[in-house]
Amino acid sequence: MEVIETDIAIVGAGGAGLRAAIAVAEADPSLTLALISKVYPMRSHTVAAEGGAAGVIKDNDSLDNHFHDTVSGGDWLCDQDAVELFVNTAPSELLQLEHWGCPWSREANGKVAVRPFGGMKVERTWYAADKTGFHILHTLFQTSLRYPSIKRFDEYYSTDLIVEDGRCAGVIAIEMRSGRMVAFRAKAVVIATGGAGRIFPFTTNGAIKTGDGMAMAYRAGVPLKDMEFMQYHPTGLPGTGILITEGTRGEGGILVNKDGYRYLQDYNLGPPDPWPRKKAMELGPRDRLSQAFWHEQKKGRTIKTAQGDVVHLDIRQLGEKIINERLPMVRELALAYVGVDPVHAMIPVRPVVHYTMGGIHTDIDTATSLPGLFAAGECACVSINGANRLGSNSLAEIVVFGARAGRSAAAFAKANPALGAAGKAGEAAQERLRELFGREGGSDTVSGLRKAMNDTMESGAGIYRSEDTLRQTCGILADLRARYRTMPLQDRSNVFNTDLIQALELGCMLDVASALAQSALERKESRGSHQRLEYPTRDDANYLKHSLASYRGAEPPSISYRDVVITRSQPGERVYGGATT
Amino acid sequence: MSRRPYVRKVERSWWLQHPRYVAYMIRELTSLFVGLYCALLAVGLVRLSQGHAAWDGFVAAFSSPLGVAFQMACLVFAIYHSVTWFALTPKAMPLRMKGEPVPGIVIVGAHYVAWAVVSIVVLIGAGM
Amino acid sequence: MSETITLEVLRYHPETDSEPHFQRYTVPYKDEWVVLDALNHIKDNLDATLSYRWSCHMAVCGSCGMTINNEPKLSCHAFLRDYRGGVIRVEPLDHFPIERDLVIVMDSFIDKLSSVKPYLIPKQDKPLSAGEYLQTPGELEVFHQYTQCINCLLCYAACPQVGLNEDFVGPAAMALAHRYNLDSRDGGRQARAEVVASNEGIWECTFVGACSEVCPKCVDPAAAIQQTKISASVDWLKDLLTPGVHR
Repeated sequence: MEVIETDIAIVGAGGAGLRAAIAVAEADPSLTLALISKVYPMRSHTVAAEGGAAGVIKDNDSLDNHFHDTVSGGDWLCDQDAVELFVNTAPSELLQLEHWGCPWSREANGKVAVRPFGGMKVERTWYAADKTGFHILHTLFQTSLRYPSIKRFDEYYSTDLIVEDGRCAGVIAIEMRSGRMVAFRAKAVVIATGGAGRIFPFTTNGAIKTGDGMAMAYRAGVPLKDMEFMQYHPTGLPGTGILITEGTRGEGGILVNKDGYRYLQDYNLGPPDPWPRKKAMELGPRDRLSQAFWHEQKKGRTIKTAQGDVVHLDIRQLGEKIINERLPMVRELALAYVGVDPVHAMIPVRPVVHYTMGGIHTDIDTATSLPGLFAAGECACVSINGANRLGSNSLAEIVVFGARAGRSAAAFAKANPALGAAGKAGEAAQERLRELFGREGGSDTVSGLRKAMNDTMESGAGIYRSEDTLRQTCGILADLRARYRTMPLQDRSNVFNTDLIQALELGCMLDVASALAQSALERKESRGSHQRLEYPTRDDANYLKHSLASYRGAEPPSISYRDVVITRSQPGERVYGGATT
Repeated sequence: MSRRPYVRKVERSWWLQHPRYVAYMIRELTSLFVGLYCALLAVGLVRLSQGHAAWDGFVAAFSSPLGVAFQMACLVFAIYHSVTWFALTPKAMPLRMKGEPVPGIVIVGAHYVAWAVVSIVVLIGAGM
Repeated sequence: MSETITLEVLRYHPETDSEPHFQRYTVPYKDEWVVLDALNHIKDNLDATLSYRWSCHMAVCGSCGMTINNEPKLSCHAFLRDYRGGVIRVEPLDHFPIERDLVIVMDSFIDKLSSVKPYLIPKQDKPLSAGEYLQTPGELEVFHQYTQCINCLLCYAACPQVGLNEDFVGPAAMALAHRYNLDSRDGGRQARAEVVASNEGIWECTFVGACSEVCPKCVDPAAAIQQTKISASVDWLKDLLTPGVHR
């Protein structure tokens, strides 16, 4: 197997990965760096993020406000030291993006503009029309081209971490175009591979969001934290799950049920007027809005369509000029995919899986429990998002912690010697692949097992969960994981074999899904986006803790707990609506 | 290595594969006729300098059925050439006035107006 | 029997095929489906060996460019309802080598994109502590459309000069260079000119205009290139008349 020696390897070239790479290149251009991604960087799912990135810059705002909004938005499961660091650093990171050319939308005086966003007391969401993720990703990718020390390996699918002497010593990857395996031996590895929304059937996430990096770290002994917390974004298009940004509501859009009634007022988010008002009604936090939909559906007040039940998002009152200027992509998407012009008609929407709050457990410097391994972005859990993420915190998170991970990895690589000659890690990975290619017989397919996984996740681990549904899902997942171990490939070629890649992704998804389901089963309370029908309230006495799922091979993971770092915000009631003014 | 990327050759008939390329090739062809006409006008200038006989011979050739047919063809091609050229001008020269973009149709329209004015001046000068 | 539609898909398996060939598949017809949904149906239910790129399914990642009935399109943005009653022919994008099935080799594009220095080269350095570069909404509007490129390569597939000329830098790369040249914060036009205003750059373009016709994001690379021809010519003239003056 070819061995590539490098000081640092970064897996994932989305917002966090690219930012980490630039941070390494700036910290020390003499450090060799391999930026490994299973897709070309501009395809990374950061590109689909729309609404904006939060950072305090306006005079009417304060870091304190951002801190409190985030901690309460996360239902007090956020580590407050991490949130403090995050809100302090976000403004300068977003400014750095501007200095690198990011086309932020502006006020008339030329300064960066901000818009209101869900769960935030004061508007602080920087935006680039309604394609903020697209502009951030392209700015980072294009900026990365000026650093010669960043060596990219595009379309290399990473399969395993190399662990030697209790240290992370690199990563094994498949060069997708040829099918051959390569070992990257590195002194420090950063995982920035994004979330795992594709374990669910209806999601805003693209095909590539399969939790590969999470699974790699998990299998190498690093626990996955808070996996039970999966965010449903309240407004996705029915059928495709395409994201309709929270920015529509930030600009004044409203949600109505089949009677044209703004139903959110029935769920402690009202009163409906005066509108718009921060942290109230349609600008409430995402978990509460998605939960409200579930209740409306149970009451029969949602609208039935060929692609399932929906509610209506009404932005007609914004007028054509504002829509074209600040929400042009929303208009394009609605016209193309549901045949609706939001200037004249209401957009059908429903909650869809969007963001993985949980992930690879890291400390505030992005270091994991495995020395030499770091993680940043959606794949990691620091945790700044706790039990529910506020919109526009994620795009800020990837640059804050991406930069931090790059610097931490660079410091580690300089302080630690290279490990000895290439060991046997590559052989084990190669053997696993050979075994996969050699399997014969059986009727299981990638798409069959994937569909079964999707179905059980939606029915058992969706917006509302119960002991029965979760147990059932855990059981089905255990069965699927067993069947996965004998599932044959249908394509045994070497060149760009996407059946192979999808099979490997499925393995990662099954592992991540079982961590999610087991964590959810053992958290007997409702908090943020994890809602248990039998335990409808928050239980701080027993569960003001992070869950940690540890890999146990074919067995379900063992779940342990870890205290949340509380500094200056004691758990209180999450209050939205009129009471917040 | 198992890789064997397949390179598709571009055929000489590439421009027949899609109507937009056929239209493009016709547009490019018109410049041939515009160029030819300019060359013939240059010949005309030379004949003019060579005296009456040469000039009359030139005019006679131009007035022959073949000459007239050629000139009609050139006129058609030159009009097509100009029309397609005008249509593309807003792309090459986006104008802004008072911070707002000038609509394409205004830029194109201005070209037609200029063309009309020049044509009228030339025709008057030619004694029509 | 519910309605169906037939796809004729190019297959190429370098380890066994000497050249590409077509394979037919019949898939369910659904009004709201795009060609990508049909391809996913094929891969999930009929033939798992079909390889193609895709990710976002919302026309923003640029992965799924293909030639559909002789037209470069994003397969996630080509609706079955526009092809109803006929056969849909799906092939990889033109002007790139075929790696496998519908997957092209796009290394040349990455090189060309990098060569135009597609990053901000600020007119003036400014420390972060001094805040943002001021840029009015009007200044942003001047270059905004050229920021919309998703690198989907439809323009390279449509451009005959890309097909005839391996070294031609191409529409998207030059539209991106133009984006930075027009950015009020940027001072890098000279630095980019070496590649952009070269024979393999703008001067290879004959304004066919196909690139702008097929662009799914209305970037209008043809306009970008013609505008660059004018600014490059003006720069050249200035250099001729007043040599040595740094611009």
